[in-house]
Amino acid sequence: MPSTTFKIFRYQPDSARPETFYQDFTLEHEPQKTLLDAILDLQNEQDGSLAVRYSCRSSICGSCTCKADGRTVLACMQQVEDLKSWSGKDTVQVDPIGNFKPIKDLVVDLDPFWDKVKSVKPYLIADGPPPEKERIVPKEAMQRLVKESNCILCAACYSECDSFEADPDFVGPAAFAWGYRFAGDVRDTRRAERAKLYTGKHGVWDCTRCMACNERCPKGVDPRNAIEKLGGIAFQEGRSMKDAGARHAKAFLISMRTGGKLNETLLVPFTDPIKAQLDIPFALKMLSKGKAPSPFPHKVKRHDEVKKLMKNVKETI
Amino acid sequence: MPRQFAYYPGCIAEFSSKELNATTQALAPMLDIELVPMPGATCCGAGDIAEAKPNLYLTLNVRILSEAEEMGHDVLTICNVCTLNLRRANKMVKEDPRLLEQVNGELVKAGSRPYSGTVDVTHLLWYISTEEGLAQLEKQGPRGLNGLRVAPYYGCQLLRPSSVMGFEDPDRPQSMERLIRALGGEVADYEAKSKCCGFPIILAREQVALKESHVALSQARDAGADCMVTPCPLCHLAMDAYQRKAELANDTEYNMPVLHLPQLLGLALGLGQDVLQFKRHMVSLDRVLETVGA
Repeated sequence: MPSTTFKIFRYQPDSARPETFYQDFTLEHEPQKTLLDAILDLQNEQDGSLAVRYSCRSSICGSCTCKADGRTVLACMQQVEDLKSWSGKDTVQVDPIGNFKPIKDLVVDLDPFWDKVKSVKPYLIADGPPPEKERIVPKEAMQRLVKESNCILCAACYSECDSFEADPDFVGPAAFAWGYRFAGDVRDTRRAERAKLYTGKHGVWDCTRCMACNERCPKGVDPRNAIEKLGGIAFQEGRSMKDAGARHAKAFLISMRTGGKLNETLLVPFTDPIKAQLDIPFALKMLSKGKAPSPFPHKVKRHDEVKKLMKNVKETI
Repeated sequence: MPRQFAYYPGCIAEFSSKELNATTQALAPMLDIELVPMPGATCCGAGDIAEAKPNLYLTLNVRILSEAEEMGHDVLTICNVCTLNLRRANKMVKEDPRLLEQVNGELVKAGSRPYSGTVDVTHLLWYISTEEGLAQLEKQGPRGLNGLRVAPYYGCQLLRPSSVMGFEDPDRPQSMERLIRALGGEVADYEAKSKCCGFPIILAREQVALKESHVALSQARDAGADCMVTPCPLCHLAMDAYQRKAELANDTEYNMPVLHLPQLLGLALGLGQDVLQFKRHMVSLDRVLETVGA
């Protein structure tokens, strides 16, 4: 049987040792042992005070999210031997997920996470009188929502989200995946309201596209793609000029229509006209380094094709 | 016979970061590659068009891939964001014949050439950090970096999502480390080398973005780096052009020169300032030039 040393983050604020530290545990285990089962063995056999949150042990409930050697994982989905072959070591370091406050050992305070999820109204709102039977939905309309429907709210996507780290008020990936789950549902009657709700300060336009959520999601939800689709819905709902982030995206569309390449001279003042004026000293410094491009849009060859595509291509969000 | 690529420098390298394009063009013969221009290629949309009009993003990027296919070459990029956007569109249509058919329908209607899905998209870093690439560098008899301590800064979009990028482990990238060592530099290692620079939101949410760039800049400084190097011109703008702003916002100093990846190669291979154009950077590179003895 393989033997593994687990270097586990400990934090027991009410104990005689209230500061954080790492504790090494060694366990002999079957080759197929999952990280969660290994932690539970340690809890049962070596230290009953070791705290971990879990429930289903089969990657449905989303409770046992933690970091293994720095990577955010569902502990029940990872076999210890796979973690060791990735790192090439006999030791696995286990930490609580990032960006949330530890309460006890591997357990973190997820209240801010639940508040974010609740803030997007993650449920169907269908105004009007209820139908006699169920609401029938065409298969194609639901296929668009399959990925987002698979979210198990494990918070892995927040653990390494750079926007959330820099701005704790950022609504964030899982919440927006749920937002698209309902904004994109043909039965929901609050699409416009949702578009407004999701695109304010700390909303869709605050995502810095670090792609950590898509990388870490254990269920293939691709939350960043859901955030993109919510941006698309905001454009469809007439919100393309309502926020600096939306105008930033719109400037790319204008650049595409007028020449096909990004017009950087347009991008800055169009995104935030007031800030652009306040920032004139910075702009002058950029200018002095030759970093101010020509204001005249560069036209790509066969630009007429681009204009036709912009006119013809329909969005199916 | 040099390997020919459909060259997609991206908008930033063609306009505000011209030094990146000029250096890449000058390096090409030394790397035994030929950069064939793509006159009909538009902007990739940088993720912005994708979050305004997702289907339009896909169609425009497939149009770019189709131009490369017509030229008979794979695409070579020098920007993380262009690489991700082109590779993602490529993967989407290659894996879904029905989607490719729909996109081709739009392309044909607009008078564009339909795409068959035969092109690959690679970044200069990926091409040059393989064994063959390193051997090609060695052949040039590099003057070397003289022990310059370089902090590699990958940023996000050349590594993640790995299902789209796939060149190296996003949690343990080593391609730039290999290059730095091969060129006689020392690696200054630090955790934040694959965290976000904040650039995508720097115009709309400057204060948040400057907190993001602070993480990598401060860690590179604390790792004792003489400079950082990045394969992405957007990371370069965030780290170099906005560095003073990040210092003011985070009440600290970094004093950290930042090189474009091709500039680091060019420096080691003896290219001069007429090509490298360090004068176009906001943060002085004197410290780098002194160490390398250029």
